[in-house]
Amino acid sequence: MMSTPSPVALILEDEREIRTFVRTSLEAEGWQVVEAGTVKQGLVEAGTRRPDLVIADLGLPDGDGVDFIRQLRTWSGVPIIVLSARSREQEKVAALDAGADDYISKPFGVAELLARMRANLRRTRTGRTAGDSVFQFGDVEVDMSARVVRKGGVEIHLTPIEYRLLGVLIGNAGRVLTHPYLLREVWGPSHSQSTHYVRIYMGNLRHKLEDDPAQPKHIVTETGVGYRLLVD
Amino acid sequence: MTEIQRPDPDALLAQIRQDEQRKSRGKLRIYFGSAAGVGKTYAMLLAAHKRRLEGVDVLAGIVETHGRSETAALLDGLPLLPAAQIGYRGKHLAEFDLDGALARKPGLILVDELAHSNAPGSRHPKRWQDVEELLAAGIDIYTTLNVQHLESLNDVVGGITGIVVHETLPDTFFDRADEVVMVDTTADELIERLGAGKVYLPTQAEHAAKNFFRKGNLMALRELALRRTADRVENDVQAYRSDRSIGQVWKTGGALLCCIGPHEGAEHVVRSAAQLARQLAVSWHAAYVETPALQRLASSQRERILKAVQLAQELGAQTAVLAEQNTAHALVEYARRNNLSRFVLGQSDVSRWRPKPTLGQTLARLAPDVDRVEVGQARPAQASAASAAAPTWTGPKAGNQWRRYAWAATACAATTLLASALVPHFDLANIVMVFLLSGFIVAAWLGRGPAVLAAFVNVAAFDFFFVPPTLSFAVSDVQYLLTFAVMLIVGLVTGQLTAGLRFQARVAAHREARSRALFEAARDLSNTLTVEQALDVARVVITREFRAEVAIYVLGLDERLHLPEANSGGLDLGTAQWALDHNQPAGLGTDTLAGSNWLYLPLKTTVRSRGVLAVRPNESRYLMVPEQKQQLETFAALTAMALERIHYVNVAQTATLQMESERLRNSLLAALSHDLRTPLAALLGTAETLSTSQPPLSATQREMATSICDMSRRTADMVSKLLDMARLQSGEIRLRTEWQSIEEIIGAALVSARTALGRRPVSVLIDPGVSLVACDAVLIERVLANLLENAGKYTPEQTSVAISVHKTGSELLVSVRDQGFGVPKGQEDLIFEKFTRGNTESATPGVGLGLAICRAIVQAHHGRIWVETAHPAGATFTFSLPLGKPPAIDLTDDAQPNQRDAKA
Repeated sequence: MMSTPSPVALILEDEREIRTFVRTSLEAEGWQVVEAGTVKQGLVEAGTRRPDLVIADLGLPDGDGVDFIRQLRTWSGVPIIVLSARSREQEKVAALDAGADDYISKPFGVAELLARMRANLRRTRTGRTAGDSVFQFGDVEVDMSARVVRKGGVEIHLTPIEYRLLGVLIGNAGRVLTHPYLLREVWGPSHSQSTHYVRIYMGNLRHKLEDDPAQPKHIVTETGVGYRLLVD
Repeated sequence: MTEIQRPDPDALLAQIRQDEQRKSRGKLRIYFGSAAGVGKTYAMLLAAHKRRLEGVDVLAGIVETHGRSETAALLDGLPLLPAAQIGYRGKHLAEFDLDGALARKPGLILVDELAHSNAPGSRHPKRWQDVEELLAAGIDIYTTLNVQHLESLNDVVGGITGIVVHETLPDTFFDRADEVVMVDTTADELIERLGAGKVYLPTQAEHAAKNFFRKGNLMALRELALRRTADRVENDVQAYRSDRSIGQVWKTGGALLCCIGPHEGAEHVVRSAAQLARQLAVSWHAAYVETPALQRLASSQRERILKAVQLAQELGAQTAVLAEQNTAHALVEYARRNNLSRFVLGQSDVSRWRPKPTLGQTLARLAPDVDRVEVGQARPAQASAASAAAPTWTGPKAGNQWRRYAWAATACAATTLLASALVPHFDLANIVMVFLLSGFIVAAWLGRGPAVLAAFVNVAAFDFFFVPPTLSFAVSDVQYLLTFAVMLIVGLVTGQLTAGLRFQARVAAHREARSRALFEAARDLSNTLTVEQALDVARVVITREFRAEVAIYVLGLDERLHLPEANSGGLDLGTAQWALDHNQPAGLGTDTLAGSNWLYLPLKTTVRSRGVLAVRPNESRYLMVPEQKQQLETFAALTAMALERIHYVNVAQTATLQMESERLRNSLLAALSHDLRTPLAALLGTAETLSTSQPPLSATQREMATSICDMSRRTADMVSKLLDMARLQSGEIRLRTEWQSIEEIIGAALVSARTALGRRPVSVLIDPGVSLVACDAVLIERVLANLLENAGKYTPEQTSVAISVHKTGSELLVSVRDQGFGVPKGQEDLIFEKFTRGNTESATPGVGLGLAICRAIVQAHHGRIWVETAHPAGATFTFSLPLGKPPAIDLTDDAQPNQRDAKA
């Protein structure tokens, strides 16, 4: 723990009260916290302090959080977690499509926020897991080099599209992937299918990999937004 | 195929249209007889009793028993409609109570004496118009009629009996009756009954009536009645045949043109044409050609002509007034244009001293292919009465006329003076030129009459002053006779020509003024933006064009007529309302309340009437001219269109306004939700941070921090629900419908309701056949989550919750079943209401919005939601979603197993 320098988090949020308690909780967990209240300030801080993770509110006094994400993404791959109100799924999709990695709905629990931050930080710290030859979640084992999927030691047959879909999920484990993103990644940039194809294949994957496909533990639905692969 | 005689499509169409109209209309049965006393009323009453026994609601609207005891006895047992009392010149007249009958709305009503004229001040001048309204209201009617009252037979009967009947019934109405029952008695029997006092005769006309009841008359009347009935029977047979496509029914293209002239017999010609058209079963037109000569007729004569035109219209003709120079040419052109193949015209008087070809001969020359029917003259008695109304010049016009003649005489005198000055230097032949010029100028300047005067005076002056021997009318040289003749002829012809030209110019100017007025009105009306502006423009234009007082009623938002400006005298809202309801003109010059000073025209548009235009012309004759009436109707249509346009502009504006307010409400809700959630998020986060802070808090402090957490979480949840409800209620919920997997939605809902469910085990059972369903996943997840949260709230810990999904026919049923206490009996519907909770005393948190939100969302998906008591315990909440037709899934590009892919 001492060998790694304490990670830096940038909180872009115009409400001082929220910034305060997030800072308190993060500092207790060993984070260094940088605060910003406006898009402009946020970009300046992101450029100068090189944070390891960004928490961004979407409604800011001098602009839209989505614009901030888009600008930040032009030069930084830092994980971004978006704070957004419930029932604003389109806003979330827009933020995710602009490059955000995850979102959390207001009002949120600190414990949940910290868990998300850890997951996202781990993904970037350990590099792309897709490069590893074996990936594991629950009792499912995916051997990327041999292209073999096992569940509880039993080999599972996947169709090419199912396998590609699983590959994209593993490559972005913990991230929320929107329907358009998955269509683009799995069916290719010139795909002509509608989003219900994603739903059907996701259902097939669940039936093959989950213990109870109606109450999935790993391939989780973010209703109205997309999917997320939960590894732990 | 072509050999089979097919019914004319137009006739069939007319038949269908008639049938359709008849379905909703009442049925009319006419008891038809040749004279009073044949027993029509008696027969009608007998039939009414029979219908009454069949259970029909029969009402005696008005029945004249004329003191006959047998007839009066038959009235017993029939409910009687009390007569309306109409006040007229201090007297009260008992009349048929139309409004009473309409309000009572019986199945069958008896209305005696169809041709009766109502007392002045009644709604309609004629009883048959009352009957028409009753039929339109769907009431069946029995009525009675004598043959002499039929409009087209009016002349004939008058000619036979010598008694002219003023109460007449249009033949078209008679022909439209559903049934005609002929009540027949022989002449002898009728005379016998008259002798026995069984026939009612009005006392004042007893003598005339006695003359009427002569055997010869009665036989003739009987024949007329029988023939007319026979005509009808034939029509019925034809109608029957056309129904069954047995044979050709109407001849096409045999239509008649009735030529209305200025002569007294015009009405007779019109009636004959109507009769002929009916017998031939063809449509007919009536035209009156207004030549310059006819234009100068006295107004009483012109009025009579217009009356004939109107009569033709009433008898079913299409009418036209043509302003042309030449009668025959105009008629031929009209006939050609309208594809008419027969002229019907009156016999012209053959002038004894001027062998001019008659109209019939001219027509024969111009259009040899068109048949001509010349109608004989009507009774001579009528002619003598009419000739009394000889043309007379009216005052102011006459004064003007004399001045013009004086000017002509002055011009002649001046010419003579000028000529005498020129005589020493010029030849007499050239002096003639001066006179000719003067005659020409007078004709061009003053018109025909003065031109004729000038022609004669010039000739006389030339002769008297210049032709030797001067100062004498005697002529020494015979050559000058030719000069005189040429001078006279040139003068007269010039006068004639200029007068014709002036007339043409005037007609053209009239037409131009008319189109110009129309154009201006259309332009001005299209520029208006509000109803008031449009009404102002319409009022100004119509007042100017028709020299009339104008008022416009507008249909308000409350569906009632409003008169925007102060009421000017004599306007009647009731009549206006009638015109609007019946979509027909009423008042002056129409069939309805003709006694009014005002003419009420409904402002018709394609969709509906938007108001009523009321016009009171300074001269009522002015509106009787069909062209003027048409022009007025065009103005009314323009006004109506403008009103409709403004109406739709307003509708569009209101819609925009609604959209704006909707947007405002949404942004308000968004702001509210942000402003409420942000402090709650801060509160929750701060409390949570507090409870986990280092160094650790004491147990009590920790507990307090945790309870702040719980409370703020709960508040946040309530705020969410309230905002959801507000959003759902703020108008239509815009569904983001996509093809969703219900399994996925259930999974997501279980995650959101996890906390509320606690450790209750949940089982999910989905029928294997269920695939995709079209819905808004976010909202349906909310429904499921709310149902699951309820299960968590209202059931004991450790009981299980079961979710099941079935497919039934066209619906997907999703049920959430718990093992709690169930829903109290009788409250199954109530719990879906807002702020209602199953158990009011419970300490369970919540505001009772969850199920209301569920219902709103499900209903927006066109589904249903309900609750049932489960066995052995608990409640089952079920909602349905329409299945629709799921999209086809194309799996061809994924047919290969993964292994192959791996090796590639």
